[in-house]
Amino acid sequence: MTYLPKPKLHHPSLQQNAVGFTRRDYEGAISTLCAGCGHDSISAAIIQACWELDIEPHRVAKISGIGCSSKTPTYFLSASHGFNAVHGRMPSVLTGANLANRELLYLGISGDGDSASIGIGQFVHAIRRGVDMVYIVENNGVYGLTKGQFSATADQGSKSKKGAINTDAPVDMVGMALQLGASFVARSFSGDKAQLVPILKAAMTHKGASFVDVISPCVAFNNHEGSTKSYDYVREHNHALCRMDFISPRAEITVDYPPGELREVKQHDGSVLRLRKLPDSHDTGDRVAAMNYLHACQARGEIVTGLLYVDPEAPDLHAHFDTAEAPLNTLGERELCPGAATLAKINASLR
Amino acid sequence: MRPVAATNDFVVKFANINGSGSASANELFAKCILRMGVPVSPRNIFPSNIQGLPTWYEVRVSEAGWLGRRGGYDLLVAMNPQTWDADVKGLAPGGYLFYDNSKPLPKFKFRDDVTTIGVPLTDIANQTWDDARQRQLFKNIMYLGALSVLLGIERDVIVALIGEQYKGKQALLEPNVHALDLGRGYAEKNLSPIGLKVERRDNVGDRIFVDGNSAAALGMVYGGATVCAWYPITPSSSLAEAFQKYCAKLRVDRQTGKHNYAIVQAEDEIASIGIVTGAGWNGARAFTATSGPGISLMNEFIGLAYFAEIPVTLIDVQRGGPSTGMPTRTQQSDVMFCAHASHGDTNHVLLFPEDPYECFEFAARALDLADRLQTPVFMLSDLDIGMNHRLCRPLEWDDARRYDRGKVLTDEQLEAGVPFGRYRDVDGDGIPYRTYPGTHPARGSFFTRGTSKNADAKYSERGEDYIENMQRLQRKLQTAKTLLPQPVLHKAPHPARHGAIYFGSTSPSMAEAIAKLDADSMHIDALRVRGYPFVDSIREFVEAHEQVFVVEQNRDAQLRSLLIEQFEIDPARLIPILHYDGTPITARFIAKAIGERMRSAEVRPLRSDKVA
Repeated sequence: MTYLPKPKLHHPSLQQNAVGFTRRDYEGAISTLCAGCGHDSISAAIIQACWELDIEPHRVAKISGIGCSSKTPTYFLSASHGFNAVHGRMPSVLTGANLANRELLYLGISGDGDSASIGIGQFVHAIRRGVDMVYIVENNGVYGLTKGQFSATADQGSKSKKGAINTDAPVDMVGMALQLGASFVARSFSGDKAQLVPILKAAMTHKGASFVDVISPCVAFNNHEGSTKSYDYVREHNHALCRMDFISPRAEITVDYPPGELREVKQHDGSVLRLRKLPDSHDTGDRVAAMNYLHACQARGEIVTGLLYVDPEAPDLHAHFDTAEAPLNTLGERELCPGAATLAKINASLR
Repeated sequence: MRPVAATNDFVVKFANINGSGSASANELFAKCILRMGVPVSPRNIFPSNIQGLPTWYEVRVSEAGWLGRRGGYDLLVAMNPQTWDADVKGLAPGGYLFYDNSKPLPKFKFRDDVTTIGVPLTDIANQTWDDARQRQLFKNIMYLGALSVLLGIERDVIVALIGEQYKGKQALLEPNVHALDLGRGYAEKNLSPIGLKVERRDNVGDRIFVDGNSAAALGMVYGGATVCAWYPITPSSSLAEAFQKYCAKLRVDRQTGKHNYAIVQAEDEIASIGIVTGAGWNGARAFTATSGPGISLMNEFIGLAYFAEIPVTLIDVQRGGPSTGMPTRTQQSDVMFCAHASHGDTNHVLLFPEDPYECFEFAARALDLADRLQTPVFMLSDLDIGMNHRLCRPLEWDDARRYDRGKVLTDEQLEAGVPFGRYRDVDGDGIPYRTYPGTHPARGSFFTRGTSKNADAKYSERGEDYIENMQRLQRKLQTAKTLLPQPVLHKAPHPARHGAIYFGSTSPSMAEAIAKLDADSMHIDALRVRGYPFVDSIREFVEAHEQVFVVEQNRDAQLRSLLIEQFEIDPARLIPILHYDGTPITARFIAKAIGERMRSAEVRPLRSDKVA
């Protein structure tokens, strides 16, 4: 973080994207998180992803709960409406917002305390319903804002800064998201921008419940020896599943990949995910294989990152409800009110 | 003991077993009498159970049109052996005991001072049907048949109603009519007439017969609610289910078949109010329906919606509290709680409907108020009006009526440079302007939060910003008063020293109690409060009377407390009249309680200067 605000005026030569915005237009207020916080890297990756995807900033809604992670929507996309709701309840607020207007991109920003502890129920049910959203958990295994208590994703045996050992089994949100039917499940590391940005781009273009777990070391309370969510630990144990390229429907495909190592996934909006498999990788279209792979790596003490599973054809909540194409918040009396003549008939049926 | 003799003025109590199919037969009974032009008010008294526990259905027949619960019963249809003793004991002296005499019962099971009417329902059913379920279901229709002969209910009326109920289901229609005639045939042959009679009148008019939850659901359809999120809880579940039913009929686009609504049965009440809050924030009209325990869970979000100023509509169909309380009994005990829901200083808008007509009207109006005031709006119904069919005025809608979407800046306004600060009090009414997400590429975005902020929605811990905001919220509630339904005044025929304030489902019993008191030359003026915060005319009403009885259905005199809180009235002027055993308040109770106090007040006047 920095206390030196960048000037508001942009240099005229800054590169613009297809919708006429520079990367600076996707920034937010200056972060008040600790210097080196993984969350700031995630904010930067969100900014990069939105700019590269040519998303108009005002067509994004940023919704969060409470905690360090949930503060971050202030630090990106200042032209978007943001909603810092109550602790653990981002998923329900996002669900309601999404029902009201299906045309915006919904970024749900949460943390491991916000989602794996107080908000585990809402996490579960929003994923189950297939709400069209990008659900990002900025996962540091610790309660940063209240100074260093273990969160529910802290690994068994990991050590707190004050020296306490966590004896509780961890909640594995990636495994849960797979089991609950999320149609896009990925994990990344805040320190790996090259992986995180394409994953976020893929999640943002995916229609349906996208879940992205981002391991994000807490430099103040969870970056010490004995922590399993420190920069050093994650770098040592990171097992990248695949390298992913994201190709938007507008971009010309120029890169040539050697056949046999490539899997292309075409998404709902025509964008293509190109997954270059690593030797012992798996099929991202196979939910059961993804769960097996995840657990096998976990048993070896490896942290799998990358895209674990995607179903580009999965129906979302609006498809389940068969809601009108026009956003519900644009409907008026004509569409909504059955009128006095109908009411007279209803009255007659009640006599 | 002389048998009770009454025409069009008596109470029938059906004692049944839950899940035995009695509810539809009993409802049919009530409707037949209505079709004969005689007002009835039925009440389900049911357990928190699906099958096996006792359940009762009370039908008050009242030519005079009194729709409150009367108390007591003159005819008992005793179909439940479990509750036989208590049911028989409660029957009015001179009353009638109707029962299934297929199995002989010992003499001590009966009373000498009532008329006993036995019909071998089980025997006839067993002779007629083989299937156990059919035997059970048609037994209900058979007693309806026998009762219709005893009371003089016209066969044609019943047959017509059965026809409407089973329209297009011929296979069900005929056996029902057959069962009806078996009951009628037995009664005509074996029973003698009784002192209770139903005679045709024309006292129902164009009124409709509907439960408050269905009417409220229709109000939400007409009022333009597009998002409903709920969690099942008695006595409000039927409201969300009715909304679902009406939307499926009235809100599906004819051309595309697409749904102009979204209903989420959420995982709990917290998620329900979260969804409603998110939808309200994003410009859709959204509501939840729940009962007291649900409101308890929703408190944190209610505080957020109040502080961040998000339109939210809640319907609380009240039941007996606290905790799980009496889930299937009625009370008005969430008033204080809803008025101040959430931690911190809050104050919420409440609406008190008296019947299904107002449930419809206030539901639609609540959506307008929430959008206009950008705050949570509660409609406080209760089990008595929510889950029981009630005779009421036909529902009304004016096609010229437009939804009030409140102060929302459009893309054009933002483009034209209309200044925007989310929490600025531009108009001096405490209500700020808002924008929907996604409106304008460069202007109008803001950050919504539950933390303190300045008028431009920027995070602020400055005391001045906080106080300015909290005071503006109070100004906003003052503005709310100008938008709420006005109280309804009933003036006594003679100048009255005493007044009474009441609200909600107490209404029909209050009207009857006033008539009773008038007949005893005890005159009171009565004011029915329909909204909170209270308008000033309520204070004037209190000040114009020496003493005012505040009649409500809770232990702690909650409305009275709010009156004292808001108007700083001397508590001695407000006399609590409280009924809270879970049964609906009766005119007998009110008239007795008020009558006793008025008589004693004559002996000991409040002001000593009045003593001669």
